[in-house]
Amino acid sequence: MKDKNSVWSFFASVKLALFTLSAISITAIIGTVIPQNQKFGLYAQQYGDTAAQVIKVLDLHDMYGSWWFLGLLGLLSANIIICSIDRFPTAWKQMTTDQSGIAIAKIEKMALSHRIPAREKLSPDEVKTVLKNEGWKLTTKTSDDGTVIAGQKGNWSRMGVYLVHTSMLVIFIGAMIGHFFGFKASVFLPETRVTDKVYAAGHRSPIDLGFELRCDFFTIDFYDNGMAKKYVSGLTVLEDGKAPFSTEIAVNTPLKHNGITFYQASYEGYKDFVFKLTDPADGTVHTFIAPFQEQVEWKDKDIVFGVVNAEAFRDHVTRIKIWFKEGNSEPVEFWVDDNGIQEVASVSGAPYSLQAKQMYATGLQVAKDPGVWLVYLGFFMMLAGLYFSFFTSHKRVWIVTGQGREVLVAGSANKNKEGFEKNFTTLTDKLTDKLA
Amino acid sequence: MDSSQLIGITTFTYLFSSLLYVGILVFKAERQVGKAATFFTLAALIIQTIGIGLRWYESYELGIGRAPLTNMYESVVFFAWAIVAFYLFLEWKIKTRVIGAFAIPFAFLAMAYASFSSVNKAITPLLPALQSNWLIAHVVTCFIGYAAFAVAAGLSLMYLVKSTVGDNIRPGSVLDSIPTLKVIDDITYKSMIFGFIWLTAGIITGAIWANSAWGTYWSWDPKETWSLITWFVYAVTLHVRYTRGWSGKRIAWLSLLGFISVLFTYYGVNFLLSGLHSYGSN
Repeated sequence: MKDKNSVWSFFASVKLALFTLSAISITAIIGTVIPQNQKFGLYAQQYGDTAAQVIKVLDLHDMYGSWWFLGLLGLLSANIIICSIDRFPTAWKQMTTDQSGIAIAKIEKMALSHRIPAREKLSPDEVKTVLKNEGWKLTTKTSDDGTVIAGQKGNWSRMGVYLVHTSMLVIFIGAMIGHFFGFKASVFLPETRVTDKVYAAGHRSPIDLGFELRCDFFTIDFYDNGMAKKYVSGLTVLEDGKAPFSTEIAVNTPLKHNGITFYQASYEGYKDFVFKLTDPADGTVHTFIAPFQEQVEWKDKDIVFGVVNAEAFRDHVTRIKIWFKEGNSEPVEFWVDDNGIQEVASVSGAPYSLQAKQMYATGLQVAKDPGVWLVYLGFFMMLAGLYFSFFTSHKRVWIVTGQGREVLVAGSANKNKEGFEKNFTTLTDKLTDKLA
Repeated sequence: MDSSQLIGITTFTYLFSSLLYVGILVFKAERQVGKAATFFTLAALIIQTIGIGLRWYESYELGIGRAPLTNMYESVVFFAWAIVAFYLFLEWKIKTRVIGAFAIPFAFLAMAYASFSSVNKAITPLLPALQSNWLIAHVVTCFIGYAAFAVAAGLSLMYLVKSTVGDNIRPGSVLDSIPTLKVIDDITYKSMIFGFIWLTAGIITGAIWANSAWGTYWSWDPKETWSLITWFVYAVTLHVRYTRGWSGKRIAWLSLLGFISVLFTYYGVNFLLSGLHSYGSN
């Protein structure tokens, strides 16, 4: 790294960083103004053919994934990497070098220094005790000119900026891992149905899950004013050689299985109805799908039933009118609330338990992102790094004893110099009390 | 007494405090009304805090039960709260009241917008997507950042006014009572650092929330993109300050540019562009 050529210093420069950050900021605005990922015809319609051509050539319809925008992000990354490699060794040295080796003449010339008239024959141990109680990490060096006790605090502060810069790279790497090894997809899964595939966002190509997912039910709770309060899907994971596993998901509480996460995203209401009939003989539950105003048969029991009418609020059914006939007995008709349970007399005596509800499909957002933990790690590093960079400073003090009757105290800090001056005065006061 | 009455009282008290702080600046009446300005501002902040708390309680009474941080009205009220809290912290820290004339009016304007514009003030239930504890973390962190940037912008205005007049300041004049340019510059920079850290936390909590609700932590939604643009503007400012030694007027202009970006992220995006944060516009 010693033979710095001009290319190297270009990539290590703050100028490049300022250029890249500004360029990203300004160009990023484009994507917030031009609608993204629309069909080409829409741009032609909205902006005219020439402008639409420009949009196409420069990928402005998908600008955050365009070659030139990713190029800018790449340039920023290269800049961060090379700038860090360029400057890190100096910072590491400043952080780790034993400060007691510094020449006494240099200490005497420091901007912040103080001389304390002291007793004769001062022991460095007394000075050290005062400093140690204040939390300074100490090193000592004795020469013919006297003893130098060097103390430092907060030396990790110098790493803050590298932590912040590295955190951005960690986030980028996490995002790339997610992009190349993960997927974003979605699936509409009607109640009672099973899927082993989901469909990739954008090009809709099927992705194998490696297991099966069943939608047991979907429900919506409403507030009194009719706004949706909660969407809940009951899901069951079916995997070869494993016991089925059921859970409920809602918005903000997804299901995670084998690194794939299922998010409650949307739903669709059907004109079909889901019936659950419990056989009084053995308690088994039998599920049927009944389209609106069509007959459904339960052959074993010689039962015919169906939905003859329904009441709805917007597209949500609230009450269902059911027609039910067993064998040659008289058919019965009755209303149940959506998802309500009704007992229906049977020929054999014990009643059937009947549950009916509108059929929904749950809309699931499906994501696999093996890089997300790196992104979160990057977030943590960034906040920690910003804290170290801005709220801590590398403070150093030197105390020279053994020069006749005086004790020389000097100090410096790489940031927040006014704050350090106050600390320094407190320290010299303490030493004065102790030694004078 | 309900929350809207308390918030109304707050609005007028911020107006009164603004006048007191401007009075301190114009008539150099710190000795006479300085304590009163601080007192009324602090009192209004306490009343506002109770008002926000009461609105939270009222939401439970209505059977909705949610933090009062979820629509335009509530966010503007919280923005004003954060500006005043940040300003009072600064006043206590640097022991000067003149800056109040450039900070408290922002809080009053925000409250006036909340109270008198057509934004919906009703306590409405939360959409399922908004029912997350990350909502509180996200809104609180963002608005602490925005408040610090607002105060930094006020300080920058003060800096630019004072530096334009330059050496022609008559001793004893209005501008003479403003802290020295060096002091204003320093506080502006520190406010921006403070805001930057909170904005960072705001973007991060938003990303984590989006990931738990939709499975994607970043989708280049206009609001997200604009928050990143704002973040970059302040990142550039901190870099030129730290590595190229910029200070004074140039930093003041960048601080104003940053605040314009904040306002656009917060307000402009909701009304001029469309995206995930559309619920914030009602």
